[in-house]
Amino acid sequence: MGVDQISVFMENREGRLAEMTKLLGERGINVRALFVADTADYGIARMIVDQPQKAIDVLKADGYTVNRTQVLAVEVPDRPGSLSGILSMLNEAKLNIEYLYCFADPERETALGIMRIEETERATELLRSSGVRVLEAEDVYSILK
Amino acid sequence: MYWNRAIECMDRDRLEELQLKRLKEVLARVYEKVPLYRRKFDAAGFDPRSVNALDDIKNVPFSTKEDMRESYPFDMFAVSLKEVVRIHASSGTTGKSTVVGYTRNDIAVWAELMARTLANAGTTSDDVVHNAYGYGLFTGGLGVHYGAEKIGASVIPISGGNTRRQVQIMADFGSTILACTPSYSLFLGESAIEAGYNPSKDFKLKAGVFGAEPWSESMRKEIEEKLNILAIDIYGLSEVIGPGVAAECKEKNGLHVNEDHFLIEVIDPETGENAPPGTLGEIVFTSLTKEAIPIIRYRTRDISSIIPGSCPCERTHARMARVSGRTDDMLIIRGINVFPSQIESVLLEIEETEPHYLLVVERKGHLDTLEVQVEVDEKHFSDEVRSLEALENKIRREIESILQISVDVKLVEPKTIQRSEGKAKRVVDKRQI
Ligand SMILES: [Zn+2]
Repeated sequence: MGVDQISVFMENREGRLAEMTKLLGERGINVRALFVADTADYGIARMIVDQPQKAIDVLKADGYTVNRTQVLAVEVPDRPGSLSGILSMLNEAKLNIEYLYCFADPERETALGIMRIEETERATELLRSSGVRVLEAEDVYSILK
Repeated sequence: MYWNRAIECMDRDRLEELQLKRLKEVLARVYEKVPLYRRKFDAAGFDPRSVNALDDIKNVPFSTKEDMRESYPFDMFAVSLKEVVRIHASSGTTGKSTVVGYTRNDIAVWAELMARTLANAGTTSDDVVHNAYGYGLFTGGLGVHYGAEKIGASVIPISGGNTRRQVQIMADFGSTILACTPSYSLFLGESAIEAGYNPSKDFKLKAGVFGAEPWSESMRKEIEEKLNILAIDIYGLSEVIGPGVAAECKEKNGLHVNEDHFLIEVIDPETGENAPPGTLGEIVFTSLTKEAIPIIRYRTRDISSIIPGSCPCERTHARMARVSGRTDDMLIIRGINVFPSQIESVLLEIEETEPHYLLVVERKGHLDTLEVQVEVDEKHFSDEVRSLEALENKIRREIESILQISVDVKLVEPKTIQRSEGKAKRVVDKRQI
């Protein structure tokens, strides 16, 4: 349960994101999903990678500010209303979503929702009991290609 | 605790009478004995006999570090070398060093002032003073030494260096008062812990007098916790006398200046005008009793202010705020004097940041803007935008409340701001004026 997501602080400088992904690629780390939250001055690159610990070591050694957060990965069936159903379920249970991003998985006709929720464990139980598929870390690393 | 209660708590009016009497004497003496002052006074049309009130000091020309360098080595002495019993000199990182002399009486005054300083930290004849200030041409070591001996404490003249041995002696000899630079006290503490000591159990330290370099409130807290002591800020510079010019009392809210021997002024470093109490500016000292090398309206380049109001300790001597920077680094933004060190001290107080910063000054239209770039601390990096924004806002508010001008805060990646030994490059001024 709970997937390691890596967050990296980045100044909004041209080519900075490319530099970082190139570095990871060179060290054999596969970035499965990438989402950048940004402001005028800086951004936070959030990533799901296949080797989280190695990615952290590589980035830190190169002077990046890195942070590891636990996120939830849920399967969102590829039909209208399925995401909003999940969200209202969490909302009713007073589980606050800090942020959320989605990736489509065309091969399996589903999307993958990555969610940051304070109470990961409670959210997982709730979603599973309602028949939503919450993915294990290994699944996510292998699915997102 | 007072060393000389009659003087330290003396009635303000009587103190000022004493200052005026001494000021007249010293002005007459330097006019007669020191050619440099005679030339300066004459050029400014200032007659030392025209002084009738302390306030008249504003008519007296300033003296500077450059004057001292040009007078190298002895041209500012007001007595012959026959009467000088000690010579000290500053290290002089830029150009020639500044040389100061002491008569036998100057040394006696210095010992008295250092006895007051050490007594502020609670030192008595029962104490063991661990003096880790450097002995030699630097005034720190011998200044503390004479003050501690005058009190009758047992002095360990260990000087700087050989930290392992210092730690062992501190434990074995039962040192109770520590005298050194604030950064060295922390280093001593860490070395003691590394060597297997528990400073609060194995040491008998109760207080420390720390000076000779800038430090902050949060550093004080760290020293006090790590060594389990009371940490007192002391101030002095060799041109004025060495340590012993001013020292905090146990209130730890400003350093009492030994006003019976020194006249303190705060000026606007740009205009030379006297600044009102509470306003930051350059500290200027006039020595009232020094014989070998009196200094008249000496511009220290140190930035501080005079704290208005009286101190609960009952000492009547004026308090200067902790020195917060040097005039050499001053910026003028929208007509306001800004010292990089003010920003540094704000950052030191904010736990989530490192005190590494870069100031970028620009002029947009007719308005100066100040951007403060701050490195994100790895330990506190959050992956949520709103907590980073909250941090930016917190830093901005704290800086604005100190500087009284609006600033932009920009978080940057760690270790992207240049570090250099000593004077780091902290300011980029892009204004085309
Ligand atoms: Zn006081």
